[in-house]
Parts: sequence; C-alpha cells; structure tokens
Amino acid sequence: MKYLHLIWAALFRRKTRTILTLVSITAAFLLFGLLDAVRVSFEQAGQSVNGAERLQTQSRLSFIQTLPSALESRIAAVDGVKDVAYANWFGGAYQDPHNQIFTFAVSPNYLDVYPEVEVDPAQRKAWDATQNGILAGEALIKKYGWKIGDKIPLQSQIFPNKEGSKNWNFDLLGVMKSKDGKAFQSQMIILHWKNFDETTPYNRGQVGWYISRVKDVNDADRVAKAIDALSANSDHETKTMTEQAVMANWIKQSVNISLIVTSIMGAVFFTLLLLTGNTMMQAVRERTSELAVLKTIGFSNTSVLGMVLAESVLLLLLGGIIGLALVSVLSPAISQGSGGVLNLPRVGGTTWVLGVALALAIGLVIGGLPALRAMRLNIVDALAGR
Amino acid sequence: MSTLVEIRNVSKVYERGKQKVEVLHHVDLNIAQGDFLALMGPSGSGKTTLLNLIGGLDSPTQGQISVGGARIDNLNQGALAKWRASNVGFIFQFYNLLPMLSAQKNVELPLLLTKLGAAQRRKNAAIALQLVGLADRAGHKPTELSGGQQQRVAIARAIVSDPTLLVCDEPTGDLDRQSAEDVLGLLQTLNRQHGKTIVMVTHDPKAAEYASHTLHLDKGALVEQAAHV
Repeated sequence: MKYLHLIWAALFRRKTRTILTLVSITAAFLLFGLLDAVRVSFEQAGQSVNGAERLQTQSRLSFIQTLPSALESRIAAVDGVKDVAYANWFGGAYQDPHNQIFTFAVSPNYLDVYPEVEVDPAQRKAWDATQNGILAGEALIKKYGWKIGDKIPLQSQIFPNKEGSKNWNFDLLGVMKSKDGKAFQSQMIILHWKNFDETTPYNRGQVGWYISRVKDVNDADRVAKAIDALSANSDHETKTMTEQAVMANWIKQSVNISLIVTSIMGAVFFTLLLLTGNTMMQAVRERTSELAVLKTIGFSNTSVLGMVLAESVLLLLLGGIIGLALVSVLSPAISQGSGGVLNLPRVGGTTWVLGVALALAIGLVIGGLPALRAMRLNIVDALAGR
Repeated sequence: MSTLVEIRNVSKVYERGKQKVEVLHHVDLNIAQGDFLALMGPSGSGKTTLLNLIGGLDSPTQGQISVGGARIDNLNQGALAKWRASNVGFIFQFYNLLPMLSAQKNVELPLLLTKLGAAQRRKNAAIALQLVGLADRAGHKPTELSGGQQQRVAIARAIVSDPTLLVCDEPTGDLDRQSAEDVLGLLQTLNRQHGKTIVMVTHDPKAAEYASHTLHLDKGALVEQAAHV
C-alpha cells in the first residue's frame, strides 16, 4: 500500500494517454457488461413469470405453430385469469419487401389487455365498426407520413386473401399511442381478426397465440402452469411465458446469442489486449531511467516488477469498474428505450466478479512483459542511456 | 581515520558483442571514513565504472570490494539492492528525480524501503529538504524547479536515509557556475559537518577543489593523487 502513490503517479505520468487508454478500457467493459446483460436476459427469459401482468401462450413446439381457437374459453376459465385476447402473425410488407411491419390480426378485446396503448375514442369506435380498418402505431405513421383515412396496401408473407393474392388493402382509421413510451404497439399495425379469419382460407379456427391478463401478478407462475396443463399431452402443447420471454425465445430461435456475445467480446478484449499492451510497453520504455533510479536507491527487482504489474492491473480495474458502473446506470434506460423488447437485468454479482477477474487477468497479461523488462533492467546500462 | 572503502586488485571487463573491453585494471584503493574524494580523468578512463562498483551498482570481474568492513563484490542483486538502500546515497549529473512526484515525495522515496511510518517519512524528508535549503519548495514538481534546486532535492534524497557513503557522478555537470558552487558547498558541508564520506566523479578541476583530495584515472588505472587543503 505504501507504494500506491508511486504507482498512481506513474500511471498518470502522461495524463492524456492514460485517460484515452482508460476510455477504451471503459468502453470495452461497458460493452462486456451490456452484452452479458443481454445474454443473461435471454437465459433468464421464461424461467419465472411472477411479477408479470400479462402472459403469452403459444405452441410449445414453435412460435409458428398455431393453437385451436377453442382454447380461449378454457384459458378464460382458469382460476386467476382476468381476461384473454388472441392474435396471429400477419407479416405485412409496405411498398417494398424490405419494409417489414409487425402486423397482427387481433381479437376484438386485444386493446383491452394493453391499457398502456392509447387510441382516440372516436378512432377506436370507427375501427370497431369497420371490418377492413386498421390501427397503426404512432412511430409508423410518422415514419411513412400516413394520414387517417389513407388506404394502406400491405403484402402478407404467408396469408393470401379470397382472390388468392397476398396483397391486402386496408383503411387506416386510427393511431395507437404509447402512454408510457414502452408499448411496442407504437411500431405495429393491428387488423380485425374477423376480417383476417374470414378472408384468408388458411386460418380457419386457428390462433397464433393467446394473451392473458392475471388477477394477481404474484400468482402468475401458478396461472402459467395451469394454462399449460390444459393442453398437456395433446397435439398442441403450450408454453406460457412473459412477453419479454416470448421475444427472447423468438430471437433465440433465430440466432445463437451466447455465440454472438462470446465472439464479440473475444474480439473486443483481444483488441484491448494489443492496444493496452502496446501502451504499457511504451509507458515503461519511457521510464527506463526512472526505473533505474528506483533500483539504484535500493528497490529490489521484484518490487519493480510488482509496481509495473500493479500499474497495469490498476489501469484495467479502473476502466473495468467505471465500465460496469456505467452499465448499471444505462441498463434501465436501455430496457425502457427498447419498448419492452429487452429487459436487461441489473449488473449482478456474477457479472461483477467476472468483470473484475477479466480486468485482473488482462492487467497481468499486458503488464507481464513490460514488468519483466523492468525487472531485468541493468542499472548501469539504463543510467548510461544504453 | 579508519578505512571505509577498500578496493583490492579490482578489474572490470565489459562484453560488447563479441568484444571484451577491460575498463579497470587491477585497481587498489582505500577511501577513509569521512573522506571527500574527487575522481578525475578523461572520458573512458573508467571513473564512472569505479564509482558504480563502489556504490554497489555493478560487480567487479575480478578483485574484492569492502565497504564498512563488509564484502560487496560477492553479493547477489537482491542483497546489493538492500545494501545500497541502507548504506549509499546517489547523486547523478541529470538529477534523475521522478518528474511526476513533488520534491517532498522524491525525497521520501528511499524511506519507502524502511519500516518508518508515513508521518515519520514526511518528517525526515522535510528535515532533509530543510538541510539543503529547499523547505519552501517541498510541494513543487521537478519541472517547477531550477537545475540547481533539482540537484539539491537529489542531494536531500541521497542523504534522507542517513547513509555513510555518498557517490556523486558529475553532480555539477549540468549546472551553471553559481548553482555548481552552491551544490559543491553543500556537499562540502555534508562532508565536514555531517561526516559523510563522498566519492565524486568530475571533469571540472574547480569542482575537484572542493574535495579533500583527487585521484586521476587513465585507461583504467589510478595514475596520480593530489591533496587539497
């Protein structure tokens, strides 16, 4: 500890360089913390539903498998269920196949289970009364410059209409706004179930998924199990999860999150290793005569080795801790900003331990070579500038 | 006066690539306790090498060196480092202060190797700075001090752990005449009033006059001895 001021002073001998290095380390650990939070979020998704007001029930086999519409009344009868709505994927592309819009065909009470979605009462009334009507999210309307009353052509990826064409035309009758900024409906379109079910010949009596509201959020786990028990050992077994878990499962079925996270982190830390290692080598090379003076005064080889190693570990720990602390601050904001798609957990003990261990390990690796050089420094040669 | 440094038949050979260069040839020398010795000679004569051997920074290829009755020529690097910490103070031509530390912290450096607590270290460093006339500059960084002041801080660092021997390599080589005289006067005071044994390498005959006597080296051998009043 009595060498700490010496190590600190050496570390900030060239303030600009050290701060820039620190920023790059902080950025690496910020990325590590966020990506780890994403990984944990995906791993935890579906493990428990307690605390969730809404549950989503879909086929256990795959999210593209449909469920019988007869399940609606049975789910509604489950003790603890407040109300049930249902929906199906429509998959609409606007003008260009690349402009994919989340478009769902929904039951008449769909908006009732999403009280955070706000629709002007007059628009809602008009939509309720018009079978070919749609409601679009505020963000979408802004993005495409739509106006109420516009005809919106959408191309379904899957479902043809009565004429056998996948090109559908709808009347835009209202705007869905998010009261708390979190509702993902501000990015999507909903159309009437009746219109969808009666128009397409492909979907008679089938539902994509059910959305249930529970009476007591602390009872959600039991309710989810009870809903799944309804279809146990049938040809349409279900999996009931929170909406975040559904989203996570959907992404997990598309990509290997762990592999992506590990690959990105591997690349980031390898770059960090080279960058910081080079900085440390340069920093120690510049201090050759100072290290020689310390040895002249009587500092042992191992003391000099330890001080250079401590300097590099301290740099990594500082950057790592600042980076992870920033994750703690940013995670809630990112969760909120994702509109419910991402539910990043707080930086947990495991992440902190892993982060600090990584900082220590990288610090030791990058400090190793310069520390050895410092230890082996020949005083006479170093003082003579050789 | 008793002998502090005893050098017997010391030779030093450096290997530069495939070449072997003998820098010192069979040198014999006694330095008395409390002496102020100036080592002079042309460049490459071996004076800095001899100084490094006396200060325990290097080991001879052949011969024996004893300081205060203890052999140092056969010590390993770790033991030599410990020995230097408690027995020798070093003063260099270019001061070699740590630029990121204040004068006070630079002076405290040798005390980090002792068992003294932080408060005592601060106190001892303050006394050393007072002795060299820089008590009011304790908080200044080396870049905020003149060359003469930096060298006085270096002297304070050299004496703070109260070593018996001070080795100085061209201590005035980078100073103007007035600063050089101040530094030499300070060394003389340390020698005469505080009993420090000083070995100083210099090119400057005027600097050598501050020593009690001068030894000349040429091609690795002692050639002449001159005494000063």
